Amino acid sequence: MFSGLREKVGQVLVPGDEFSLEVQETLSLTEPLKPEKVLLGPGLKRRGDRKLLVVKSGVLRHKQPHVFWVENHQRRYVPAKGETIIGIITVKSGDVFKLDFGGSEQASLSYLAFEGATKRNRPNVQVGDLVFAQFIVANQHMEPELVCVDSAGRANGLGVFGAGGLLFSVSLGLVRRLLRPRSDVLSDLQKLFPCELVVGMNGRLWVKASSVQQTLIICNLLQSCETMTTAQRQQLFRRAAQGAL
Amino acid sequence: MSDSKLSKNLLRMKFMQRGLDAETRKQLEEDERRIISDEHWYLDLPELRARENLILEEQSLVSCEDLKYGRFSFKGFNPEVEKLMVTMNPKEEEEERQEEEVSHMQTDVTDEEMALRYESLVGSMRKKFTRKKNQASEEGDTERVSLKRDQASEEGDTKRVSLKKDQASEEGDTKRVSLKRDQASEKGDTKRVFLKPQD
Repeated sequence: MFSGLREKVGQVLVPGDEFSLEVQETLSLTEPLKPEKVLLGPGLKRRGDRKLLVVKSGVLRHKQPHVFWVENHQRRYVPAKGETIIGIITVKSGDVFKLDFGGSEQASLSYLAFEGATKRNRPNVQVGDLVFAQFIVANQHMEPELVCVDSAGRANGLGVFGAGGLLFSVSLGLVRRLLRPRSDVLSDLQKLFPCELVVGMNGRLWVKASSVQQTLIICNLLQSCETMTTAQRQQLFRRAAQGAL
Repeated sequence: MSDSKLSKNLLRMKFMQRGLDAETRKQLEEDERRIISDEHWYLDLPELRARENLILEEQSLVSCEDLKYGRFSFKGFNPEVEKLMVTMNPKEEEEERQEEEVSHMQTDVTDEEMALRYESLVGSMRKKFTRKKNQASEEGDTERVSLKRDQASEEGDTKRVSLKKDQASEEGDTKRVSLKRDQASEKGDTKRVFLKPQD
C-alpha cells in the first residue's frame, strides 16, 4: 500500500509531490487483510481520501511501522501541540502572560498553569523571564496556548528558569539533533565540564556552566556544530576539553 | 365499569395509569410513540457510511523522531535536573535489555542456594519457638497465645503483635516490662535471621 512512499525514503522531496495510497487489487494470503494505517508527520498532508501531498522540501524519513515525515532545514518555528519551548515573557496582563517564542504570533500562558498556583497565590513571573513551557493549543486558526504543568499538575522541569545563564538561538535541525536518542553532539558535550542545558523545540538553547567563560565556550561550540562534520566537531571538543580555547 | 367508556386522553393522565392493566398501558405507549415519530421530520437520504480513516496526521516531530525531554544537566551540575532526565526520558532499548537480564539473574535462586539458606535458618527458628512456648506457659493461657504470636510474627505485622501481646498481658496479669524486653530480644533475633543469608 505504501510502496510508492517507501521507495522514496531517504530521497529529497519538494512541495507539490504527490503520492497515492492505492489499495492492492490482489489479495495476498500471507499478509493481514485489515488495511494498515499510516501516520504522517510534518511536511506531509492528506489530500482527499487516499492521496498525500508534500508541503515541505526535505528528505523523506520513515520509522516502523508506518510513520513518514519530511526532515528539513528550518529556522522559523511553527508551533505544534505537545512540544516544549523556551519563551520570553513580554506582557503581564490580567490573568494571562504573553510569551514570545519565535513564532508568527505570541502565545498566551495562563497564570494558573503553574505548579501550585491558585487564584489567590499567583506565580512570581516578571516581564523578561525565561519560561520552559509546553503547547496545549497550537493550530492555524487559534492563538497558541502554553502551560507549565503536566496533566497531573506537577511542573516536572517546566516553568520559570534561567538565572545567570545564556540564551541563544540555533536552527531547528540542530535542536532535533541534540534531542535525538543517542545524540552524538550531546555525548561529546557531557564529557566536557559540568553544565546545564535547556533545549526548546523552537530553536532556543540556554546554557549555564560554573563560570562565564565556560558558558561562552559551550555556546560557541554548539553554534559551530551546525556547520561541522563529525571529525571536525570531535577535534574541536577535544581541544576545548584540554583548555586550549 | 368498562375501560371503553373512558376517553383516551383521560386514560393517559398520570393518576389513571396506576389502575391500568399491562396490555392497555402498552397500547397507549405505542400510540404515543407513533404520534411523536409522526411529528418528527427527517431528511430522506441514504444512510451515511463512515469509512475508517487510513491516514492520520501528526503535527509534532517529537513522536516521530522519539525526541527527548529538553532539560539536561551534566556531571552533577544540577542534581534536580539529572533526576528529571531519568524520569522524563523513556529508557533506551539497550539499557532496558541489560536491566532485564540483571533482574533475571537476581531473581534466579538455585535449589542448592535455597536449601543452604534454610539450613542456616533452622537453628535460629527453633530457638524462637522454644522461647515463646516458655513465655506462654508463664502467662497461663498457653495454646492460644502462642498460636497468635506465631501467626503475627510470621506476617511481620508489628502492630498486631504488640496489640495481641497487650491482650495477653492483661489476661495473664504478668509484668509488662519483662514482656517488652522479650519482644525486643525477639526482634533482634529475627533481624539476625533475615540478615544472615545476605551476608
